[in-house]
Amino acid sequence: MPRVTALAALIRRDLRIALRVGGGALIGVLFFLTVVVLMPFAVGPDLALLTRLGPAILWLGALLASLLTLDRLFTADHEDGSLDLMLMSRTPLELACAAKALAHWLAAGLPLVVATPVLGLLLNLDAASTSAVALTLLAGTPALTLTGMIGAALAVTMHRGGLLLAVLVLPLSIPVLIFGVAASEAAIAGPMGFGTPFSILCALSLISLVIGPFAAAACLRHGLD
Amino acid sequence: MTLTDLANPTRFLSLTARLLPWLAAATSVLLLIGLYQSATAPDDYQQGATVKIMFIHVPNAWLSMLVWGVMSVAALGTLVWRHPLADVAAKAAAPIGAAFTFLALVTGSLWGRPMWGTYWEWDARLTSVLILFLMYLGLIALWRAVEDPSRAARAAAVLTLVGAINLPIIKFSVDWWNTLHQPASVFRIGGPTLDRAFLIPLLVMAVAFSLLFVTLQLAAMRNEILRRRVRALQMMQASQRAA
Repeated sequence: MPRVTALAALIRRDLRIALRVGGGALIGVLFFLTVVVLMPFAVGPDLALLTRLGPAILWLGALLASLLTLDRLFTADHEDGSLDLMLMSRTPLELACAAKALAHWLAAGLPLVVATPVLGLLLNLDAASTSAVALTLLAGTPALTLTGMIGAALAVTMHRGGLLLAVLVLPLSIPVLIFGVAASEAAIAGPMGFGTPFSILCALSLISLVIGPFAAAACLRHGLD
Repeated sequence: MTLTDLANPTRFLSLTARLLPWLAAATSVLLLIGLYQSATAPDDYQQGATVKIMFIHVPNAWLSMLVWGVMSVAALGTLVWRHPLADVAAKAAAPIGAAFTFLALVTGSLWGRPMWGTYWEWDARLTSVLILFLMYLGLIALWRAVEDPSRAARAAAVLTLVGAINLPIIKFSVDWWNTLHQPASVFRIGGPTLDRAFLIPLLVMAVAFSLLFVTLQLAAMRNEILRRRVRALQMMQASQRAA
């Protein structure tokens, strides 16, 4: 199974780079924390209001944090030449993109989910609400990573894409934001059921699992000559 | 004459030169008829004369979506068949589509002020058109970010197709989002049952705006081809001078 070995090696390599010095995976969590800490300064230290806005604040923070770390998904590989090796290797580029997305999500998306309970305390969310938000983030952040990967692939082909990436990717992530916040609010306040928006959120993640790697691979193949 | 014959830009240019005057004439005649009919259409018993904004607003809104469809077909042409004119068509269509979307938003907002008492409301339909407008602007920004036109075309084609898949999802989710917050929307005007007195001018205007789009699109494609030729000539001249 040389193909599986190659993909596993790619995931291991990406994780190792992300977690070592200069990798920057944990900076995403720090950014998430900072955004959440900034919110009370903007809306005032009213705990009741913060509780009401809690899920929205956590989701916006996670969205921005995952966008911030996506910028480097392909750029670093392009700079040191390993992206060219991936393009030339016999492993399909779509699978390589999916593997890179998985590694990125493990290094940058999962820590956001893990950090959510701590940040929930700051926003005065009770245990049930916090776990609901964490669950929706667990289901929704893969979609953010996978759609953001398309933008990252576009950005690497044009050498200076940072801000453009945000402009292109943010409108595409609106459905994830809508259903993520809706599911969290449904779990906290009702009267809607938690199941419907949560299933749609999972469906969005699955759809972007199908579209994301193919679109990113197409961008890389056509964009890098 | 098939689509492959048109791959030759010179042939396309000569065809455009023959077609454009006729298209422009047909557009202006239909626009005049449509505007006259809209002006003489009876006032609505509830909305008064403001109902006439509809004759401008609705065709713009239809075209804002149609142009993305045209761009998606062009994107397939770029990625699948490598048709040389598909790049040009996609690049020319983006600003035109953005303009139609912008006009739909502006006329809708002007219509909303007397009817709903507000210029903007986070209504599901308004919101999804606004997102469509943002995506048009992002696409134009992408076109302008890459210098090499064929490379920009392929990047923009991928984004256009991703957008074409995503737009129905966004529309659906925004509908869902809004119905969650406002169970009984106040902003229901009339209903789909339009009287003939309104329907006929509206259809004439819709055909006129579609013709306007075709005319503008062909003219913009012609300009883009000529612009690329000028650029190629300038590059040639510069390299000769350097040698």
